[in-house]
Amino acid sequence: MANKPKPDELLSNINYKPPRTQWTDTPVEFKKGYYCYAGRPNNLEYISLPHGRKWSSTDDDWQLVDNWKEIFLEGMENLLKKFRSFRLFMDICVRCGACADKCHFFIGTGDPKNMPVLRAELLRSIYRRYFTISGKLGKIAGARDLTEDVFKELWYYSYQCTECRRCSVFCPYGIDTAEITMMARELINLLGCCTDWISGPLANCYRTGNHLGLQPHTIKSNFEYMVDDLEEFTGVRVEPTFNRKGAELLFVTPSADFFAEPGMFTCMGYLLLFHKLGLDYTWSTYASEGGNFGLFTSNEMMKRINSKIYAEAKRLGVKWILGGECGHMWRVLHQYMDTMNGPADFLEEPVSPITGTKFENAKSTKMVHITEFTADLIKNGKLKFDKSRNDHIIPTFHDSCNTSRGMGLFEEPRYVINSVCNQFHEMPENTIREQTFCCGSGSGLNAGEIEELRLLGGLPRANAVKYVKEKNGVNMLSCICAIDRAVLPPLVDYWVGDVDVCGVHELVGNALIMEEGEKREIDLRGEPLPGMEEKEEED
Amino acid sequence: MKIEHILLEKKQVIIKKWFDLILETYPAETAKFMKAQRNRFGNPVGHAISEGIEGLFDELLQGMDHDKIALFLDNIIRVRALQDFTPSKALGFIFILKKVIREELAKKIRDNKLFEELMAFESRVDDLAQISFDIYMKCREKLYKLKASEAKKLTSIIMQRANII
Amino acid sequence: MGMLFSLVAVIALAAIAFIGVKLGLLGLFGIILPYLAIIVFLAGFIMKVVKWGKSPVPFHIPTTCGQQKSLPWIKQNKLDNPSSTLGVIGRMALEILLFRSLFRNLKTDMKDGKVIYGSNKWLWLGSLAFHLSFFVVLVRHLRFFTEPVPGWVNMIDAVDGFMQMGVPHLLMTGVVLLAAGGYLFLRRVFNQQVRYISLAADYFPLFLIIGVALSGILMRYFIKVDIVKVKELTMGLATLNVSVPEGIGVIFFIHLFLISVLFAYFPFSKLMHLGGIFLSPTRNLVNNSREVRHVNPWNPEVHVHTYEEYEDEFRELMKEEGIPVEKE
Repeated sequence: MANKPKPDELLSNINYKPPRTQWTDTPVEFKKGYYCYAGRPNNLEYISLPHGRKWSSTDDDWQLVDNWKEIFLEGMENLLKKFRSFRLFMDICVRCGACADKCHFFIGTGDPKNMPVLRAELLRSIYRRYFTISGKLGKIAGARDLTEDVFKELWYYSYQCTECRRCSVFCPYGIDTAEITMMARELINLLGCCTDWISGPLANCYRTGNHLGLQPHTIKSNFEYMVDDLEEFTGVRVEPTFNRKGAELLFVTPSADFFAEPGMFTCMGYLLLFHKLGLDYTWSTYASEGGNFGLFTSNEMMKRINSKIYAEAKRLGVKWILGGECGHMWRVLHQYMDTMNGPADFLEEPVSPITGTKFENAKSTKMVHITEFTADLIKNGKLKFDKSRNDHIIPTFHDSCNTSRGMGLFEEPRYVINSVCNQFHEMPENTIREQTFCCGSGSGLNAGEIEELRLLGGLPRANAVKYVKEKNGVNMLSCICAIDRAVLPPLVDYWVGDVDVCGVHELVGNALIMEEGEKREIDLRGEPLPGMEEKEEED
Repeated sequence: MKIEHILLEKKQVIIKKWFDLILETYPAETAKFMKAQRNRFGNPVGHAISEGIEGLFDELLQGMDHDKIALFLDNIIRVRALQDFTPSKALGFIFILKKVIREELAKKIRDNKLFEELMAFESRVDDLAQISFDIYMKCREKLYKLKASEAKKLTSIIMQRANII
Repeated sequence: MGMLFSLVAVIALAAIAFIGVKLGLLGLFGIILPYLAIIVFLAGFIMKVVKWGKSPVPFHIPTTCGQQKSLPWIKQNKLDNPSSTLGVIGRMALEILLFRSLFRNLKTDMKDGKVIYGSNKWLWLGSLAFHLSFFVVLVRHLRFFTEPVPGWVNMIDAVDGFMQMGVPHLLMTGVVLLAAGGYLFLRRVFNQQVRYISLAADYFPLFLIIGVALSGILMRYFIKVDIVKVKELTMGLATLNVSVPEGIGVIFFIHLFLISVLFAYFPFSKLMHLGGIFLSPTRNLVNNSREVRHVNPWNPEVHVHTYEEYEDEFRELMKEEGIPVEKE
């Protein structure tokens, strides 16, 4: 656009006044760093999403099929019939604006169309035009014709929402923008406009069972590296098994936990814990992904991806399933899995083999969250910790959106952290728990090409981290989500600096006493433990 | 040192105008939001700007402590480096201060013949601009480094896999 | 644009009633339109709720705003994250009667380098005042449709007029309704964010309600009408024994017409949030989706990538690594 500003414009950014138009008439401008790349046709084809083609989101012509409008509107009618949430949320918003400044993307970018209410209005304007009586009045009724520009705008902003549900906490009717974004994305996918960052992992996951496309032998050899490292750091040799029939438990976690730092350190924590307990469990290469990008695509896609977990549990004949640290994975497991792929009558109601505690709250789905499991172990005195091994770490805790607002998992991870660390500090009150701020990269937005958008969307979170860093000297942002572990490091690197990111079970692994009198001089990252060094020198 | 006195007297007016004009570099609706809410957590962008420019103004009048200036500038520029501004637009907010001061103090400067002092003051503003270039470039470099390292992570996985296979 | 349009529309409606009455169309404005409005309201309301009801709730999606029920020693937040029907009733009651979610509207501030948690409760207070006073005003009006007037209606009247100012006694709720309506309007105008998102459909009902309240207050305190004749008419409407007595005064018909419009408009507008809030799946579901299976009536058949297909593709690699396989 204006690559060559006129001399006067330079001093006078000042006189720049954009046209004062209504939002319905303000055309969308695709800003660089704010939009995702288009999905590739081979990936779409592999997962049977229709209308795959080579296109780019900056093209003037998106090569939509001729009858795209009919497909969109038919799809919309279909979704209105299938989802009460959708029909209701289209009808009852009073535009009170309570949600407006609750969205991290609005706070970070200031773009008014990122106010949750307005993001929903993009779709509502189409709903009014085609599905209500008053909408026939046109513009005065807030109705808009479905045009290619309107569709592009919907696409642009549907991928500037992380489905974090923070707005829904503050809405007097519980209108959930995540639900609306999900519907919008269902419609977008009818027209083959999925993003590359979502369709790629989906295709991988469908084929190999995990987002990264790791084949079974690769998974296993990766674990071997990790197990070697772990032995070097702790002197303990753990022996994970894969696809083992007859194990008591199946353990499922996001694949990033066994392939990328700092998730691998969390994974080492799991391995140490399970080894210490002598837990009879197995990993699966087929169900090697807890995450589910189907949640960001369509309900059918979500079901297809999710099916592997129960199928594998059944094939291996386990009693129940234990799930690792992940955000949206747990939204799917907690609120969708049993409905989509249940009933899991081939499994048993989960009981901790160590403490005998019945997990009543998971008796139908038969899947337990690792922090529920570990908190129960600690409470029953089954684990011993040397908290001082975490004394070089001053952690705070980032509540993941999905486990917070789609589950209510708040105390379990805090209890675990406080049991293994001496110096935990909370971030300010309205940035945690049900009011937690998103990392800015959820719901399939952790794509490199939108780094700018993600950094701005994560600003409210980073800002709260910076605050506790300055006030309490916090140097570690702990979390229970694989996406967080992937995206918070660059986020805090850009905005805060000198704060690391870890999973809760990394802290557990550091402090866990594997055998009496055990001496540990390095942590799970292979870095020397400060206090222990000194002791050595004294000796 | 007379001009400092006048600037100090007019501090609130100047800062307000400076703030408002900076906000006008944003789209109107965005600007209104940033003006309406100034708390650190609810509106970090607006907060960084309003806190930053006040600090900068104080430094211009007092010590020109390089570290402090860099910190205030950093808070503002770190955001603007991400907001799809051209570099000139991203850093233009520094020069807006000159314009504000000339407009606000025009009469007093003429009456008291303070042109030389004004020039001296303005060259301090130019110093801010120089520091800003460094910070802006640092932010952009950081951004691209983050992008590159994310891309590298992906390729390193592929490489690792290739080795294994 | 939406604001002006709505203002003109409401003024025009009042003018229509005025002209209509001057032309002697008392039967139309006193009997036919009110009945029509009630019919449209009831039919429209029911149809809308049925339409919502027809769409199922395929997934269990409560927004959880507090600690879940998990281990027995962890204190659950039973109202913000209910695990029983009773909890949901409590949550819904808080939401509907006290606007729980709006009450959450917090803002954080920095003052002198310290974090201050200021509450931003004006919207909550304004809306609660608006809805509550509207409700009481509505109930008070029962005295025009009952004979004898039930004691509790008289009591509400008496409480409402406890200030005992002026003749007739000033009723607080009318004033509060007008003030709160005015606040909600001014907020729409002066809060930039809200103004940007406001449509004609937001201003119109607000102006309409303000118009109703204004005409009611004018009628009660300033341009008095013959209250006995008004009651004769309203009782006639209530008992389906209609007649329009002469000489009631035009302000009454304006009041009645604006109410008729409000009722008829109701089912087609955002005012349906009255019915919708009860059905909101993020609020009215128990958070027990792992404990009790939620059934989706249209659970789709989908094609999945089976383990067999997976093993067929990777069998040799798996065997090399010693990963157990089904078929050797």
